Amino acid sequence: MGMTITEKILAAHAGKESVQPGELVNVRVDLALGNDITAPVAIREFEKIGVDRVYDRDRVVLVPDHFVPNKDIKSAEQAKSMREFARKHCLTNYFEVGRMGIEHCLLPEQGLVGPGDLVIGADSHTCTYGGLGAFSTGVGSTDLAAAMALGETWLKVPESIKFIYHGEMPEWVTGKDLILYTIGKIGVDGALYMAMEFTGPAVEKMSVDGRLTMANMAVEAGAKNGIAAPDQITRAYVEGRAKRPYTFYSSDPDALYAQIHEFDVSKMEPAVAMPHLPENVKPVSQVAGVTIDQAVIGSCTNGRMDDLREAARVLKGHKVNGNVRLLIIPGTQEIYRQAMREGLFEIFLDSGAAISTPTCGPCLGGHMGILAKGERSIATTNRNFVGRMGHPGSEVYLSSPSVAAASAILGRIGAPWEVK
Amino acid sequence: MELKGATWKFGNDVDTDAIIPARYLNTSDPRELAAHCMEDADPQFPQKVKAGDIIVAGKNFGCGSSREHAPIAIKEAGVSCVIAKTFARIFYRNAFNIGLPIFESPEAAEAIAEGDQVAVDVEAGIIRNITRNEEYRATQVPPFMQRIIAAGGLINYVSERMKGNGRV
Ligand code: SF4
Repeated sequence: MGMTITEKILAAHAGKESVQPGELVNVRVDLALGNDITAPVAIREFEKIGVDRVYDRDRVVLVPDHFVPNKDIKSAEQAKSMREFARKHCLTNYFEVGRMGIEHCLLPEQGLVGPGDLVIGADSHTCTYGGLGAFSTGVGSTDLAAAMALGETWLKVPESIKFIYHGEMPEWVTGKDLILYTIGKIGVDGALYMAMEFTGPAVEKMSVDGRLTMANMAVEAGAKNGIAAPDQITRAYVEGRAKRPYTFYSSDPDALYAQIHEFDVSKMEPAVAMPHLPENVKPVSQVAGVTIDQAVIGSCTNGRMDDLREAARVLKGHKVNGNVRLLIIPGTQEIYRQAMREGLFEIFLDSGAAISTPTCGPCLGGHMGILAKGERSIATTNRNFVGRMGHPGSEVYLSSPSVAAASAILGRIGAPWEVK
Repeated sequence: MELKGATWKFGNDVDTDAIIPARYLNTSDPRELAAHCMEDADPQFPQKVKAGDIIVAGKNFGCGSSREHAPIAIKEAGVSCVIAKTFARIFYRNAFNIGLPIFESPEAAEAIAEGDQVAVDVEAGIIRNITRNEEYRATQVPPFMQRIIAAGGLINYVSERMKGNGRV
């Protein structure tokens, strides 16, 4: 019997010939990740274990990104505890403010994750790296603490769901729209405990940035991981970046899937997820008219170069509506520099947008763009739960960067082709 | 071990932002977190909940973020266990790892009404509704996870394992 790409990576890291869905395996961890919210708790637990060092100082990665630059005294204390731990254990991969980025934009960019890797992170969007053909999944702080000590973790081999995206992507339709429609179809627990495998001609033509966006939101359907088989596009991305050797895996033709879903992307238009669940998805034309107070372009979902270029294409020569604040948050320092080099900042500033240093900031209602009661934001982020971006009485609509940029100009949710 | 208490009912897809909003995540002090437990789902919950009470919810409880602060807040608020139709996977792992008992039982999640007195036999996975005189079964916990529980959580389990390896 053939295996899926997810099963192959798990088998390789468990030291086994093959694995089957439902089986519990002990796996070697190529990288263990924490951030300024989850790492302080993991450090506390790690210290209880009683070991004097982490399993590999090159493979424990700590990134302050959620509440930094420190938003208040308590956040400063948390960031400090993480920094001190990184120094004490001489961690190679601690990224200070000014050299950091949103963790899931940063790790692929820095070549710390590659195809065929097995990565766990105390952050639910660790599943992002599936866009490179890695198995990666989110865990809690205690699991991270155990992995930091052992270099191993236990996982249940998930069943896989195959998603096939046929057809040519129309203008303005992106990986974000594909994943939103997918979640809209299967629901926020449609892939609970399972692997989502993204395949088909539309994915094969997609950039790595787009694939990372799709895998990023697998957790929004309850999945353990999202994954796309690596190919020449992946190779071009990882070559010259990868810090370790990588392995290309792909699913066997006779691999077993719990479900198969097919989509024709050629008839899609950009999508919007309505409050308060990522599954409340509608085509943008059905939402047009909803007024907004804020638009956020950034996050681990859509804070990469493709995203900023798409936003700039819409914003060029236009002004942000007088009733709207547009916040643009490049995902990493490198993305920040590249966007500046390409002249995107000029376009953003001319339009009346605010550009922030890389941070999660408003995505999780942390800082840098919190909503007041009754306010409404369109955002390229991944979650629109009650209170996600601020007051429990505020609302978040999820979309691609082009729709967020168009909406900022229009003062209401709208499509990029409405901007004249 | 038996857990006994009055129940509080919640709906489907209760997310981690509802359990503990990010605006309180600048601390990991369990008591501070407990003071805001379930606040965005029911603002009065932290005041109303009593030691031993049980949360009963629908499908996909704990979806969203990986924050362990969520099960910690629930545990520290005095909640003795959570019963739901299904749990989101990271929340499921986290609850075991920090020692918050959770039970998957679609039947119990349907039948129990808010305020019912419920007793749970932890080892047997049997949920008894004292108010309605009914009994429901919870899904069996895999043996490996039972070993984590028996060791008193993941950290103790790992610590014991590493002593065996001579690394502690
Ligand atoms: S950008 Fe948002 S979703 Fe991504 S890691 Fe940061 S807080 Fe989480």
